[in-house]
Amino acid sequence: MKAPAVDYVAPRSLDEALQCLAGVDNARVLAGGQSLMAMLNMRFAFPDCLVDINRIPELAYLRDEGDTIRIGAMTRQRDVEFSDLVRDRLPILREAILNVGHRQTRNRGTVGGSLCQLDPSAEIPTIAMALDAQLHVASAAGTRSLAMADFPAGYMTPALEADEMLVGVSMQPWEPGHGWSFLEFSRRHGDFAIASAAVLLRFGPDARVDRCSITLGGVSTAPVRMGQAEQALLGTKAEAADIERAAALCGAVDASSDAYVPGWYRQRLARVLSSRAITRALERATR
Amino acid sequence: MHAERQLTAIPGMGASPGRIEDETLLRGKACFLDDVPVPDALHACFVRSPHAHARLRGIDAGQARALPGVVAVYTRQDLFGHITSWRMPLGFPLAALPEDTTPFALAGDEVAFVGEAYAVVVARTRHEAEDAAAAVQAEFEVLPAVADCRQAVRGDAPRVRTELASNVLQDYTLAYGDCDAAFARADIVLDDEFQVHRGCGHPMEGRGVVAALDPATGMLTVWSSTQMAHELHYTIAHMLDQPEDQLRVITPDVGGGFGAKFMIYPEEIVVPAVARALGRPVKWVEDRRENFLTTIQERDQFWRISVAADRDGRVLGVRGGFVHDHGAYTPQGTNVPYNAASSMTGPYVVPAFSLHVQVAYTNKVPVATIRGAGYPQAAFVMERMMDRLASAAGIDRLECRRRNLIPPEKIPYTKPLKSRAGVPLVIDSGDFPALQATAARAIDYEGFARRQEESARAGLLRGIAIANSVKPTGRGPYESARVRVHPSGRIVVHTGALAMGQGIKTTLAQLCAAHLGVEPQAVEVSAGDTGLSGYGMGGFASRQAMMAGSAVSEAAAKVRDKALATAAAVLGVSADELMLSQGEVHTPDFARRVPLARLAMLLKGVPGYALPVPGDPGLDATVHFHCDAQAYAGSSHACEVEVDPLTGAIHVRRYVAVQDSGNLINPQIAHGQVHGGVVHGIGNALFEWMGYDDNAQPLTTTFAEYLLPTAPEVPPIEVIFQPSPTRLNPLGVKGIGECATLAVAAAVIGAVEHALDGHGVRITEFPLTPVRLAELLDPPARDTTAPSANP
Amino acid sequence: MATTQDPRPVHLSVNGKPCQGMAAPRLHLADFLRGELKLTGTHVGCEHGVCGACTVLVDGVSARSCLMLAVQGEGCAITTVEGLAADEHELHPLQQAFHELHALQCGFCTPGILMSLSELLAANPDPDEDTVRDVLSGHLCRCTGYQNIVAAALRAARLLRERDGHAR
Repeated sequence: MKAPAVDYVAPRSLDEALQCLAGVDNARVLAGGQSLMAMLNMRFAFPDCLVDINRIPELAYLRDEGDTIRIGAMTRQRDVEFSDLVRDRLPILREAILNVGHRQTRNRGTVGGSLCQLDPSAEIPTIAMALDAQLHVASAAGTRSLAMADFPAGYMTPALEADEMLVGVSMQPWEPGHGWSFLEFSRRHGDFAIASAAVLLRFGPDARVDRCSITLGGVSTAPVRMGQAEQALLGTKAEAADIERAAALCGAVDASSDAYVPGWYRQRLARVLSSRAITRALERATR
Repeated sequence: MHAERQLTAIPGMGASPGRIEDETLLRGKACFLDDVPVPDALHACFVRSPHAHARLRGIDAGQARALPGVVAVYTRQDLFGHITSWRMPLGFPLAALPEDTTPFALAGDEVAFVGEAYAVVVARTRHEAEDAAAAVQAEFEVLPAVADCRQAVRGDAPRVRTELASNVLQDYTLAYGDCDAAFARADIVLDDEFQVHRGCGHPMEGRGVVAALDPATGMLTVWSSTQMAHELHYTIAHMLDQPEDQLRVITPDVGGGFGAKFMIYPEEIVVPAVARALGRPVKWVEDRRENFLTTIQERDQFWRISVAADRDGRVLGVRGGFVHDHGAYTPQGTNVPYNAASSMTGPYVVPAFSLHVQVAYTNKVPVATIRGAGYPQAAFVMERMMDRLASAAGIDRLECRRRNLIPPEKIPYTKPLKSRAGVPLVIDSGDFPALQATAARAIDYEGFARRQEESARAGLLRGIAIANSVKPTGRGPYESARVRVHPSGRIVVHTGALAMGQGIKTTLAQLCAAHLGVEPQAVEVSAGDTGLSGYGMGGFASRQAMMAGSAVSEAAAKVRDKALATAAAVLGVSADELMLSQGEVHTPDFARRVPLARLAMLLKGVPGYALPVPGDPGLDATVHFHCDAQAYAGSSHACEVEVDPLTGAIHVRRYVAVQDSGNLINPQIAHGQVHGGVVHGIGNALFEWMGYDDNAQPLTTTFAEYLLPTAPEVPPIEVIFQPSPTRLNPLGVKGIGECATLAVAAAVIGAVEHALDGHGVRITEFPLTPVRLAELLDPPARDTTAPSANP
Repeated sequence: MATTQDPRPVHLSVNGKPCQGMAAPRLHLADFLRGELKLTGTHVGCEHGVCGACTVLVDGVSARSCLMLAVQGEGCAITTVEGLAADEHELHPLQQAFHELHALQCGFCTPGILMSLSELLAANPDPDEDTVRDVLSGHLCRCTGYQNIVAAALRAARLLRERDGHAR
């Protein structure tokens, strides 16, 4: 399983990288390599050129920008895992990152790489969806930002032009006292999730839920926000019946089937995981 | 480790001196197949069929040959004159198999499974060879493929290969006693159907071959990551018409075998043929995808079974049958189904028996023995039926088994069935009720209810089960060992046994060392080199400790005796005043002493002088240890699982393996074999599924799709050895390599079903996935049911 | 910027020694270490990043060398299993523990596991069993059932703590 012949360039700056992408047809960005290298070795991908962005220090950062945390695309998953900033301000991201692959793959895998791979069951895209993240994209022609909700153009296809590159993502931490939980179900430790649930919620001064985010990973072509389930919790005291209603709505998600897992099972996991995640989030929230 | 009855009279037994294999492996200095330094080797890449069944109308390698680095492309036609036959010979020939059943060295006008090779590219690098393989153009006419062996046996099924008259390779019944009478008078009759699947071997090192012709000597040297060097030597000599003494097969360090390398493969013929034809060394290293597609596997059996019993749960008869997925060709006989059928009654007394076996071709890679060799499938079926029987008779599952286990006073117990060689199956040794009692005690069977309550408080269902099995070990007819002390003082053991990680070199070294009064580290063991050992069988069927161990022990004893006799003559004392230690023969006070090295030098002879003792020269003995009968190794495993009823998640929480492997040569190594065997069984029970679609296209072709257990999925495993030594070899040793795998799926699945007691769930398959368990526990509403993937 | 598929020199340090070799862009680091530098202790088991047999340390951090291009190793400090033992007389405590507790059988997966565990123990001198199993989850072993590997990792941790305790 040897990779096909390919050109290779290792730009030293973002501008250089963008020039490469603009100038070369059928180029692929090589970030952590944990997905792309496997595809190359198996001859599932045939880029003409690899643009290796591992030598661009300006792409790797974890910045506190006040009401958002901005993460550079080349930030290693491991650095997110061990970041005090993330642990304190984006605890759900840290909880999710512990489920991403294995230590060895988190050492090189990147936040940007995972977002662009857009595997529907991947943890980082699921959290980005849960937090309404803003994605920052650059090309030789300029920059733009888009909401995570608009990022999936299709199954494992980000809304990026051929000459564009993801350079960073901004996530807005929820207020202190919010509740959060990420839970996934996989066959073995570190495997891709068959389904996952990411829940954030907050209680208002009237002890009722006034903010809620429920996202399911692995059930659809991309991570999906469960607006109806969120509505079922908003304005309630999040008692057992409310949780059950929200979970049942999650369990009604339109779920895909493949050779290994039928849709009904994903739906069942969606119900169980969302129920458990909501319960856990409630334990962490201050009323 | 619990107390083990050891025969301390046999030198070297029962010690765990630390493996001599370890240092080079730990330092990264070992020599696996791809590490063998062969300068200027070319690299081969096989061109493989993308179709499960197709006519091959034409191959155009023109474009491929023109690519950079390509030296040659061979199709079958191009091999004409280089090999003596298009077809591989049948491994372990059995008169009853037809001629049109073995694989081809390269496919010619028809391909019969995805991955079957029809050409080979030889290039400067593997990368360039793969580039060229992709450029070989072939014209296929796709034919219907048969994916399911149950479909294959139906009259209207398309034939798996157009040369076949029928997809049924074998159809036979094994029977004894009067089943009709047994079922007629039974108080209890139970029927069930089972679906068992065992997946692949997946040693971490795949297969590989290097071949190099020495123009100076005409010697063709072939390295292969194999479990059977001598069989490979024979086959290459035959297929290449290469004189036997101009051919040497060397086994490098082998990164695991598990039966997957207990096979002669087409690549092992084609690569040497091509190397010889080109006059250049050629290397082929199997990649993991090739391993998924083309290395033998065990796959599926579909059983229906009926058990007849009296009201006390005593079995009166067992009857039924199964269909076995055999694959597209027969490289090496049909052991797996025969083993399953003939071993089904396990360690139990079954007065009447009738099992109808259909061995069916399918358009998939051939099925042959993977660790366990068909025995785990049978053990699973028998143990599931035991649980059913206990329930139907209203008795405890352990008690039901106890009432049916062969009691120790009936040992040796002759099963009224014969081995594939026509020899009666005689369980020579074993105390099965005692093994089960130990397992029950060790898992604290009595205290289970308390643990079940604890799990229930966490919302989890907990179950416990015990499963029994027995396996014949020590496949004959012989194994060989030569023990030689060189004049330099080096002590070398040459054996036809084969190392693949199981520590056989240490095991043999310690036996030899103990006879000769040296440390095991002072003994070099060379295994699997046909240039150094003339005859041998290899590593499989859990045979090597018994067969090679006995051979080495006997050969070392002969060398010891000769050393004593020679030293006596040289020192002028009587042999019984002498002892061996520290590489010398000496009187206890060391007043008279002579090193083994000097004795070896004296025994090599000086022209014109008599040898110090009459007889053959050399401090050197060869023994071919013969044993056709097999020593039976029993086991009783106990398992506890926790099940999440909402997700179907299954976790194995506790595991106890009680094993009877007779006397142990090296207890530490023996424990390691049990750990590995149990985890392989857990893989079969819960994770490993080699999936194909309805067109026999492989679905699971990476380690992301085919799941092997990893450390977090595996519980601590308690191992207890409880030997009933065998008299069939001087060491009292029985095999172990596979024995710990047999009962595992039965124990794990039995525990899951027990956890679901009261939910009306019967589990009749493995691997058991959370999806399947969720479906059994709480079937989805009809309109949301998508066809459940198999499994 | 000129791009090419041709082999170019790669300079890196391996086990503390400066090394160089030629690599076409498509050559992965494992094949480079094995083929160009003749360090065959790092093994190739799957080439899709799951089995862990190819694990090395890159600038002190574990990585699957089949998922890195050799050219990406330019200027990096690589540690392989050949660099674990201080010299030919003494084994690293991990290797010693593996030997004492029979934590290897065929040895094919072992070098990768040793590298991951050496990274773990450097950062976490007193891991618990769950942590060890978590690190091992990135490795496949078909022979041992992992049990003795876990025990050896914990013993090596103790050996290292004692050794470093004495050093102070």
